[in-house]
Amino acid sequence: MSLAVHTETPIIDVRHVSTRFGPAVVHQDVSLTVMRGEVFAIAGGNGCGKSTLLREIIGLLTPTAGRISLLGADSRALRDTDGGSLHRRFGVMFQHGALFSSMTLAENVAVPLREHTSLSAGIIRDIVALKIALVGLPPDSGAKFPRELSGGMRRRAALARAIVMDPELLFLDEPTAGLDPMIAAAFDDLVLDLKRLLGLTVVMVTHDLDSLWRIADRVAVLGDGHVLGMGTMEQLAASEDPAIRNYFHGPRGRAAQMNHCGGELHRD
Amino acid sequence: MNRPHTTEPREQSAAVTFVDGRTLRCRGAWTISDVGPVERALRVMDWPAGGALRFEGSGIQAFDTGGAVVLSRAVMDARRRGCDVTVEGLRSEHVQLMNLVSAHWDAMMAHVAARPKTRARLQSTISDLVSRFLRGVEFIGESAMALLRVCSSPARLRWRSALNSLRLDGVNALPITGLLTFLIGVVIAYQGAEQLRKFGTNIFIVDLVGISLLREIAPLIAAILIAGRSGSSYAAHIGTMKVTEELDALRTFGLSPTELLVLPRMLALVVALPLLTVYADVLGVFGGMLIAANQLNVSFTAFLSRFEEAVALRHFLIGVGKAPCFAVIIALVGCYQGFQIRGGVDDVGRHTTMSVVQSIFLVIIFDALCSIMLNWWNL
Repeated sequence: MSLAVHTETPIIDVRHVSTRFGPAVVHQDVSLTVMRGEVFAIAGGNGCGKSTLLREIIGLLTPTAGRISLLGADSRALRDTDGGSLHRRFGVMFQHGALFSSMTLAENVAVPLREHTSLSAGIIRDIVALKIALVGLPPDSGAKFPRELSGGMRRRAALARAIVMDPELLFLDEPTAGLDPMIAAAFDDLVLDLKRLLGLTVVMVTHDLDSLWRIADRVAVLGDGHVLGMGTMEQLAASEDPAIRNYFHGPRGRAAQMNHCGGELHRD
Repeated sequence: MNRPHTTEPREQSAAVTFVDGRTLRCRGAWTISDVGPVERALRVMDWPAGGALRFEGSGIQAFDTGGAVVLSRAVMDARRRGCDVTVEGLRSEHVQLMNLVSAHWDAMMAHVAARPKTRARLQSTISDLVSRFLRGVEFIGESAMALLRVCSSPARLRWRSALNSLRLDGVNALPITGLLTFLIGVVIAYQGAEQLRKFGTNIFIVDLVGISLLREIAPLIAAILIAGRSGSSYAAHIGTMKVTEELDALRTFGLSPTELLVLPRMLALVVALPLLTVYADVLGVFGGMLIAANQLNVSFTAFLSRFEEAVALRHFLIGVGKAPCFAVIIALVGCYQGFQIRGGVDDVGRHTTMSVVQSIFLVIIFDALCSIMLNWWNL
């Protein structure tokens, strides 16, 4: 995978972030960097603050302490609804899709184009159709409402909406949670394809070990409010840290690793 | 692959110009945010009819799927006009994007064409109406069956939930119902006082206030308030339970949601609404009485003694008698709309609104029918 871009400044720089909700401490001194062009995964058990960190990076929450810079700007700038053009440079796919339920799928995908560009209705329709085709949805799905779609299709539709502005950065919150293994694998492939075609940097929150092995270039493991470890899956799998070992060497972790390595051998 | 528009330090705004009538020079940032002006320029351009046409793309500094779609659209349109189109000078990564668009072009056009035809839409609307009517009938039948089951063994009724509903929908509605009917009594008496004083028939204020309130206005006001307060909350509550699959959970325990959710509420309203109507009668007449004393010099004792002879008992009984029917309408419509919610959260809001509108509508229709029939029987 193309990691030859590490000399650049990071596209996301999280520095010494701490988060507290009242007495509950979610993060303590979390630092991590994401480089342009990589697929970066944030992993960790339930309730370890993965999604909170994601929400802080995209400016929906402000950390109690520390700084987060996103595409070279402070993510606090995103608190203003018109935080400049920064909002147009990243796309977010929420865990449950967050499709606007009163609009058809095509209208959902068209929202950022309508709001942020001066393109004509015809070209907007073409771009929307292209993005719907890119995520592998059938042409007639554009006229459907979110409630008429299955879970997997809704996920794809949410992805189409997240990439409609050709963002540099794509955030995925639990992209494969609740999908069957076949569809989850297809979704992983789709993310890789889009990354290659559109030159995306992908940041995803997941605890799907199969996806971690398949598509993540680097992974940060969160636990107890800290970054327990960061690196490629091979590095993390070889780690001696007991918390990381627990996470990756449970029965499911080993199965995912076996699948992955078996697949590699098979390909050779 | 690096992003083209970040490696390029200085970007010009997107532009397209004819160089010699056969060559279009494309320059600048052809990205989704910036390609708008180019797209408009392309649409109003003087296109040659036929012959060779060259798109010269070496000046394009940044390119994304937006630019690729605009360029592809222009190329396709020119081809349709009979031009022999070539695209030259694009960088390799830009060519990849163009290939991406052309690979999906057929699917995109199918998407644009895929719209339901008017006839198909009409058909689906009609079948939708029919199935909605059938579901309504089914729901009424189901509720009636549940009622029969409960009548045969009253222990099946959820008394706790019925009593809770009685408190929420009856007792808690007392202040607002009382205040509103009191004010309505005041308003009617004020309006009547003007006219009656002209004829010197002040005492007839009792007939006016008494009959209109007891027979029509108090039951209607109470019913409309309850439709807004309770009917809507039934729809929202049952609908939310449906969205969160709680209704399905009940069914897997072999419990009937109709019996558990609809019947207690309906029975509570059937008890509460007549009582609320009586309460509304009292406060409405009291409001009228205050104005009668104040504006028309009809004392409380004169008012009450006239009330006994002028306002027949049947007016009160007709008013209170309609209340349980209103209650059944409100409870059934509210719960029915709750059960009709499918899928999304936006449906909850829509059906809640519909429950209020429909139950008020049906209450007034029923009231009008009552008036006509009672008039036939000279009551």
